[in-house]
Amino acid sequence: MSTSNDGWGSRVGLILAMAGNAVGLGNFLRFPVKAVENGGGTFIIPYLVSFLVMGIPLLWVEWSMGRFGGKFGDHSTPFILDNITKKRIWKYFGVFGIFTNLGVMAYYTYIESWTLTYTLKSLKGDFSGKKIDEVGVMFDQYVDIGAASGINFPIWALVAFVITLCLNIYILSRGLNDGIEKVAKFAMPLLIIFGAFLAIKAVFLGSTGNCADCDSHIGLNFLWEPHYETLWDPKVWLEAAGQIFFTLSVGMGTIQCYSSYLKSKDDVALNAMSAGWMNGFVEIVLGASVVIPIAVGYMGLDWVKENAGFMMAFKTMPYLFDQWGPTMSVISGVAWFGLLFFAGITSSLAMGTPWMGFMKDEFKWSNNKSAWTLGLLLFFMALPTIFFFEKGVFDEYDYWTGTVSLVIFAFAEVILFAWVFGIDNAWEEITRGADMKVPGFYKYILKFVTPVFIGVILFTSLFKPKDWASPFKREGGWNWADDSIINQIFHLNNEVIWFSEHGATNMFYIDMSRVFLLAIFIGLCALVKIASNKRKKAKLANS
Amino acid sequence: MTTSALILMIVVQATVTVVTGYFFFKVLKTPPNAEPDSFSDND
Repeated sequence: MSTSNDGWGSRVGLILAMAGNAVGLGNFLRFPVKAVENGGGTFIIPYLVSFLVMGIPLLWVEWSMGRFGGKFGDHSTPFILDNITKKRIWKYFGVFGIFTNLGVMAYYTYIESWTLTYTLKSLKGDFSGKKIDEVGVMFDQYVDIGAASGINFPIWALVAFVITLCLNIYILSRGLNDGIEKVAKFAMPLLIIFGAFLAIKAVFLGSTGNCADCDSHIGLNFLWEPHYETLWDPKVWLEAAGQIFFTLSVGMGTIQCYSSYLKSKDDVALNAMSAGWMNGFVEIVLGASVVIPIAVGYMGLDWVKENAGFMMAFKTMPYLFDQWGPTMSVISGVAWFGLLFFAGITSSLAMGTPWMGFMKDEFKWSNNKSAWTLGLLLFFMALPTIFFFEKGVFDEYDYWTGTVSLVIFAFAEVILFAWVFGIDNAWEEITRGADMKVPGFYKYILKFVTPVFIGVILFTSLFKPKDWASPFKREGGWNWADDSIINQIFHLNNEVIWFSEHGATNMFYIDMSRVFLLAIFIGLCALVKIASNKRKKAKLANS
Repeated sequence: MTTSALILMIVVQATVTVVTGYFFFKVLKTPPNAEPDSFSDND
């Protein structure tokens, strides 16, 4: 446990940092795409229901757990979980709260570096007069997609990544108050201003005359037109619940780490609501109003239906902004990539704190030492995602650390808090010092509905079939979806071939990246074991 | 835009904006706890 005197400067700073942790690239790029794929405007109904019965309870659980752990001087999930129960195995579930952040921060910082580079490119006017294909090629060249060797070696992207990583590490080394909080107080208002500027531009864009249906209002209609029949489709509900999971950054261990610096008499209920709804505002009001309407405004609905996805941010948006003339193109480009950069860095900083908290608490490392060792570790973890980007390693990191780990950890922590710790103790923790009246029915939602909700997500992620309507193959047996966890582990849909006449296959790189991630997880478990033994020795020495 | 899409967009976005503003305003209006609290700016 720690004797650290690190802490927050102000309540608003904490809320902005928590909201910054949640607000990420997905608010602007994942949410609108999920909405158009799952019933348009109707998607908001399962989305809000998931927020109310899973998102809010999970936020309260994580804020309360963190504050509870902080009482014992613990600032990372292994020993926060350990404080809640006498069963020592739970601290190894807490390892997910460090592992997830290391894995995600490694590839997320790489994306963040793209947004930094593209902010500068927009400022320099590099996209001026370029056709949409040329903008796409510029991005491919930047990350070295299509390299003859099959190995990506993007020298400038690598330099930008190192600069972005160093910036993150420097801010983390300054601590919570002088580093993270100051950035959040500056970045979050700017992000909202940039987002509001682009959303207003999109709403008032209207018809551009580029094609028959090139009209931003058609884009908005596409997003918001309700298709009520989709409410009966379980896939839509799963997608909405999944989106709530990822947008709130629950199941990562970052919220516990941030709230562990709160005193036990201070509020968590209102803080959690404020930060959670702020994330919702950025996603539903700003995020939904930028990419799809502007893209439909210039490219038409059919083009957007075919091409909507994450890479539109880099391959399409600069071209669209260029249609607004040279000055507005620069302003809009800086606003767009600037907001993505701020969304990214406020999240990546949060991901760095669990490792820092753990090393400071257990091994008495300084802020500087914890931060720069984190930087070194992340550098080596990120290299495979950069060099083997096209081999699928980047997506593999995202799948295991940015998707699967979150669900496993969230399921474990809600069971631990509501059932092992006990719902009465849990309720006492959530409501102590609350600056709002927490509705009593949430006690039952937390005990029954939230675990079932997350359990269903975990179960369906494990056993997801290609088609829920006909889950069995004609010849017999379960028809596994490619992204079901069981299929991913055992490669049931593909023959395992590591080498062909052309050398190592993508599967070889993917499996090696899994071995690497597993080794990181085992290494973290070993560190937790060492820390636990140190605690036992210290306890014996004191008794 | 169709009327149903427009109404849904306005109702949802206005509701989310109002609820976000309400909670943030409540945070700003709530007086700080007695010392020692969690925030160094209040010291």
